[in-house]
This record gives sequence, structure tokens and C-alpha cells, in this order.
Amino acid sequence: MLARLASPRTGGLLAFAAAIALLPLVLSNKYFYDIAILVGLNAIVCVGLNLLIGYAGQISLGHAGFFGLGAYGSAILASRFGWPPLAAMLATTAAVAALAFLVGRPILRLKGNYLAMATLGLGIIIFMVITTEDKYTGGPDGIAVVPFSLGGYVLQGERIWYWVVGALLLLAVWLALNLIESPAGRALRALHSSEVGAEVVGINAAEQKVMVFVISAVFAAFAGSLAAHYSGFITPSKVAFLHSIELVTMVVFGGMASIFGAVVGAAVLTTLPQLLAVFEDYEMMVFGAVMMGTMIFLPRGVVPSLARWLARWRT
Amino acid sequence: MSLLRVEALSKKFGGVNAVEDLSFEIRPGAVYSIIGPNGAGKTTLLNLLTGVYQPSSGKIVFDGHDLTGRAPYEYASHGIARTFQNLQVFFNMSALENVMVGRYLKERCGLLSALLRAPRLARAERACREEAAELMRYVGLQDYLSTASDAMPYGALKRLEIARALATEPKLMLLDEPAAGLNPTEALELDDLIGRLTGRGVTVVLVEHNMRLVMGVSDHILVLDYGRKLAEGPALAVRSDPKVIEAYLGSDAAHDGSFAPEIASAVAAAVAMHR
Repeated sequence: MLARLASPRTGGLLAFAAAIALLPLVLSNKYFYDIAILVGLNAIVCVGLNLLIGYAGQISLGHAGFFGLGAYGSAILASRFGWPPLAAMLATTAAVAALAFLVGRPILRLKGNYLAMATLGLGIIIFMVITTEDKYTGGPDGIAVVPFSLGGYVLQGERIWYWVVGALLLLAVWLALNLIESPAGRALRALHSSEVGAEVVGINAAEQKVMVFVISAVFAAFAGSLAAHYSGFITPSKVAFLHSIELVTMVVFGGMASIFGAVVGAAVLTTLPQLLAVFEDYEMMVFGAVMMGTMIFLPRGVVPSLARWLARWRT
Repeated sequence: MSLLRVEALSKKFGGVNAVEDLSFEIRPGAVYSIIGPNGAGKTTLLNLLTGVYQPSSGKIVFDGHDLTGRAPYEYASHGIARTFQNLQVFFNMSALENVMVGRYLKERCGLLSALLRAPRLARAERACREEAAELMRYVGLQDYLSTASDAMPYGALKRLEIARALATEPKLMLLDEPAAGLNPTEALELDDLIGRLTGRGVTVVLVEHNMRLVMGVSDHILVLDYGRKLAEGPALAVRSDPKVIEAYLGSDAAHDGSFAPEIASAVAAAVAMHR
């Protein structure tokens, strides 16, 4: 029983649920709630992205594109066409999954830098379409989004959103932990290490890569939909290349091939700029220094490096 | 009748014929060795027989199925497993997880039940862990059950690949130089392990330079030279074949100075014994 509690799936999940439940004790005002919600939304994207990058070893520099499609899909269907928000969210997520499946098949044949280029291109195409199709998207000015409502109940206010995003993040972490400890998850880690080794025990590497690409795109699109409804307004900056880079940085910073690492990465890199505001003009310089220092002293990312230190310290 | 039938198989790399017009059959239950000097095309042949390379021409029929042109995972699903000369261990996982990956085809489940961790899957996972541990003990890796694979010595990693291949429950197992890099004691233990594999009903194809091992365990030997079949037949007949002796000891000793001296001495010893 104790051993099961100490496993990442059961013990880690319980500890994480407790952290989400207790966090409001220190969230003294709406501003802090707002940051916590942004952390949660980024963390959902990063948990999915880490399945792709950290576990399966396939880079993507285009995930802001999927996030943006989720956000704009919800915005357009719910606000312009009057769809019920939940239906808009589900339809959008399904459409993004289909797109990721179709695009994933050809581009995931590419490896390393070439895959990075291809996903970068995908992200840029999505960004261009969203900024130019201003009839539907509002172009560079962005678009207002109706609040999320379900059966007459309107989801509004930071406190409610905190619990919704917290529960969904917990769900995302649970799904990801389950996947990693399944035959499919082991297949992903195997093909990351040796694609030919994985193939000769029967793993269809191409199919598995597409599968995890679709899952990570779905996580991003879903978080995008939520973000659009939460903030009530969406602009193309969330779809831009820079946002893709931010997401990858969060994954690497928190720790590759670590589900909780993705959450920590999202938390630190979302809150750090707020905390560093005290440095005023030097904010970005300090931010950069913190990033460089972390990668020098914790090269595997925060969570795996600390876990390794802890394991060494125990023995 | 035959488990594997290879017909007029060729593989060209640019203008070089790595394997040329090769035909042979492997009967079930035997240990079939493929020997030849370095660069004779042995590893290329194994890559062809597992779908890692696609042949330029020819045909591969396994267990009644024409697998020519299929992907490696399809070869695996028909019951061909292999190890690698240059290890292809999953170094980002524990030793036990490496073997569990080998259970992939038997344990594979739907995406939804993986994401939701269906109770059936949780039970299957426990069984998989148990079977993988059992296979590790079977190949003599009982001391490494909770070891990270990147912390294991070379000889143990070679056995780990055998355990992983066995986990797929193959009909045919291709071993690519399993004795290379092992110390003499470890190499001796391989004889026993290969014997037990055939005892389990697994047909073994052995690519190996260690002639003591080859002569000790083989029922049938195929000798390759420059990608062509130089000789083939029962182990006893092949080691006394004048063409083989010439290839190893005679004029061919000059064509590739790198083949192991132990081959020459082993064949010489075999020849002496025979005469």
C-alpha cells in the first residue's frame, strides 16, 4: 500500500490534488487567481506536449497553432454562430484532432531539425490564416468570446474558473500518467530511444507517433477553448510562433519525460515574469539569467534533476 | 515444411551487392548459423529478414506468408524476433521495462483503455511485469530486475536483448553476434541458453564469429562470402568443405585482414580433427 502511494500515479496524483485544493489559501485576491488559472491552462498544454517531446522524442514548434485553433474555433462557433459553448468546444477539439492526424502522417516521417521546421511551418500557416481571415477571426484585432455556459448556468468569475481548470488539469495529468504506464506509453519511450529496436518487437512507430501527436494537439486545442472562454477575448498573439516557443521552453525547463515536470515548468515560467516585475527595466534580463542558470545547474529540467538529487541523497 | 524460405534474395547499396541471389530454407526447430568474413553480408541479411531493409529483388516467405516488402513490425507480428550486434536497448527505461516492451504485441490495448486505465489493463500490466521478470530470470538476469538499463554491463545487455526478443513469443529468433564482446565464461553460457531456446520450440538463426559456439550448437550452417552463398549444409559437412577452408585460410585470408584469428584457428582445428 505504501509502495503504491509512493508511485507517481497514485501518490503523485494525490499530492497534486491536495496542492490544487490548498492553493486558494494563499491566493489572496483576483489577480493571484488569474495567474493560477493561466498556469493551469498552460500546464494542460504542456502535459500533452511533453508526451510528444519528452516521452516520444518528437519536437513540435507549432503547438500554439493547435491552441489557437481551439480558441478561435470555440470563439467563432459560439460567438458568431451561436453554438452552445460545450458543443463548440467538442466540435473544435474533434476538428483539431482530425487536422493533427492528417498533417501528422506526412510530417512525422521527418526527424529532428526537419520535424522542427515542418511543425514550425504548420504553426505559421495557422497563424497566417487566423490573422488574414478577419471576416471570421477579427484579424489582428482579435475577437470577443461569449462566456462559457452550460444548461443556463454561466461560468464566470475567477474562483469558479480556478476549480474548473484545476479539476481539468488533474484529469489531464491522470490521463497522461495512465498512458505512460501502458503498453502504448512504453512503446513511445521505446521508439524515442531506438526506433528500429521498437519496430522489431512489433511497434508500428509511425502510427504511434501520429497517435501521440494527435493527443498532444487535442490537449492544446482543449486548453485553447477554455482560455478563450475564460478571458472572453482572443488575439492572434496566442497563436504566434513565440507562444509555441514558450510552450516548448516550459516543457524543457520543467523536465522532459516528466508529467509533473511539465506542470512545474508551466507554473514557474508563467509566474516568473509577474514576480520579476520588481526588477522593472531589467525584468527580461533576470528572467533570462534564471533560465540559463536552471539549465546549467539542473540540466534535465527542474523535476527530474531534483528527483535524481533526492534519490542520491537518500542512498 | 520449411519455416522460412528465401528465394533469390538480393540487396544492392548503390553499385555494391551486399547480398546477391541468395536462396535457402530454414526448417523449424533447428539452430541455423550464418558465418562468413566481415563484410560478407550477414548483418544485411538479418536486416532483410526482419524488414529493416527492403530487398532489391527476391522473396521472403515465412510460415506460409509472403513477407517481402513488409515493415519490421509486421515481421515481428508474424513471429520473427531479433537481437542486434550494436545494441538497440531502450536506455531510457529500466531493464524490466525493456522486456515489457517486448510484450507489446501480446498486450496491446486500445488508446481509450490506456488513457482511462481500464481495470482489465491494470491486471494485464501486473501479469506483463511478472512475465517479463520470469524471462529475465530465464536468461540469467535475476540480479538486474530493478536496475536501470544504462547501468548494466555489456554482457548483461546482450542477454537483455534476448529476453526482450523472447517476450514477443517468436517462432524464429535471429541472434546477431551474441558472443561478440563477451568474456569466455559468458560465451560458454550462451551455448546453454541457445540450447534452451530450441528446447522452447524457438528456431534460432545465429550470426556469429565465435567458431567454438557455432560448431557447438549449429545443426546447419550457411557460409556467406561477398554476399553470395559459398557453402551450405549440415555443420559437419560445411566445416570440411574445401571451399570454406579456402575462404577462411587460403587465398581469402588476404581479402580481409580483419577477420578474427580465432576463426582461422577454429576452422584449422576442425579440419585437423576431420582428417
